[in-house]
Amino acid sequence: MTHEELLQKLYDETMVGNGPEVIDLTNQGLEDGLTPDQLLFDALIPALEEVGARFERGDWFVPEMLIAGKAMAGALEVLRPLLAATGTETIGKFVMGTVKGDVHDIGKNLVNIMLEGAGFEVIDLGVQVAPEKFVEAVEEHQPDILGMSAFLTTTMPMFKANINALEKAGLRDKVIVLVGGAPVTQEYADAVAADGYAADASAAVKLSKDLIAKQRAKATA
Amino acid sequence: MQTTISSASKTVTIGGDQPFCIIGERINPTGRTAFQEQLRAGDLSQVLVDVDEQIAGGAHVLDVNMGVPLADEPALLAQSIQLVQGKTDLPICIDSSVVEALEAGLAVYQGKALVNSVTCEEDRIEAVLPLVKQHGAAIICLTNGEEGIPVLWEERFEFCKRLVDIVHGKWEIPLEDMVIDVLAMPVGAEPQSAYHFFKTVDAIRSEFDLNITCGASNTSFGMPKRHTLNSTFLAMAAGAGMTSAIMDARSEECVAAVRGSDVLLGKDEYGIGWIGNYRPPAKA
Repeated sequence: MTHEELLQKLYDETMVGNGPEVIDLTNQGLEDGLTPDQLLFDALIPALEEVGARFERGDWFVPEMLIAGKAMAGALEVLRPLLAATGTETIGKFVMGTVKGDVHDIGKNLVNIMLEGAGFEVIDLGVQVAPEKFVEAVEEHQPDILGMSAFLTTTMPMFKANINALEKAGLRDKVIVLVGGAPVTQEYADAVAADGYAADASAAVKLSKDLIAKQRAKATA
Repeated sequence: MQTTISSASKTVTIGGDQPFCIIGERINPTGRTAFQEQLRAGDLSQVLVDVDEQIAGGAHVLDVNMGVPLADEPALLAQSIQLVQGKTDLPICIDSSVVEALEAGLAVYQGKALVNSVTCEEDRIEAVLPLVKQHGAAIICLTNGEEGIPVLWEERFEFCKRLVDIVHGKWEIPLEDMVIDVLAMPVGAEPQSAYHFFKTVDAIRSEFDLNITCGASNTSFGMPKRHTLNSTFLAMAAGAGMTSAIMDARSEECVAAVRGSDVLLGKDEYGIGWIGNYRPPAKA
């Protein structure tokens, strides 16, 4: 197999979520002399981008996005130590969690998978995450973005509580805050002074990339 | 086990020997931006449109939820319950995660309501069950606790046992006034979830004979041809012993599926109800 053929096959198998084959191809690619960067940026990430685009158009469905993301996550486990060694920067670092009082995590987990698929490093704090836990995690991991999820109208107010806690800790301007979950709207995100809202996993990836690009442009300007 | 709920003039019975109880889910603004804006502006006209559609579709009970962010949910829920009760005699399932809203809804409700819902979480129990007792309502009990929503049927069944111990044992709410929500999860995100759902239903029916419900539409989240998948799920769940569901009564497929399960389970004898609902136009 030529390098081009291997990258094409890796792209194809990632798209259809063939986990074992994606790991095999990743290992084979490394053996054949492809760099971790090439495998990531010329096959894996484009595959997930295409899955996201098809999902957004309504041509593809949640389970397809899920298995493609999982297949990619398998490849990333192989590549991550190598990428770290070569100093390849991740697209961004994400701390994620479902707010206190709320145990719903299916949507959040989907977003995590798509973010990892897009090349983000995701630190998932799980469910029932109290404000002080969010603050601790932002301090410890210094993420580009903090993502919060809530599924109930009663737990949505925790967004504001968490943002207040960040402010109190002097961290609010150090991190982009995104919110999401079934009852959440753009209007609500604005009302609690979050930096953004996304309606689904694919939109969350796009928004995250945009906001980080803006922030980095601002930082270098 | 028979759970009865009522309005001022009509009683509906949920039970294993009764036709499947369709609880119409649509009177709910979640995910409906235009409806939310109307409600925030005090315009409740859409509530009546939704009520009409749920009744026309075949609902036996109406779930009323006014979970609008940045609005006065207790006031909205009380207002809409009065509005719905002025329009129809179908009993109502009062649905909110806000305790004050449940309180306001129960205060104006005429009859014996079904309250949606309580979980195994202690603070929810302490807040909701006194209201349920005070009003003599029936209560939907969710099989999850502080730790999350378990996938495995054995763990969900444990939650059900815990609910029986607490709601019936400790708070002395009659078993027949407990309806267990086994929690339908998206099968597209958790492939084994429906299997564990059916197993949980079966276990609960065998051990306690309690009535069972769920929010059925969740099953097909993220999938194409959702009504067909939901209706398949509903028929299978009814086969496992589920006796009601919070579902969209506008979906002919879903309504036909539960009516069909009534015929197949021998609850609609000789299919007379089915025939009445689906008789083709007379040829003469």
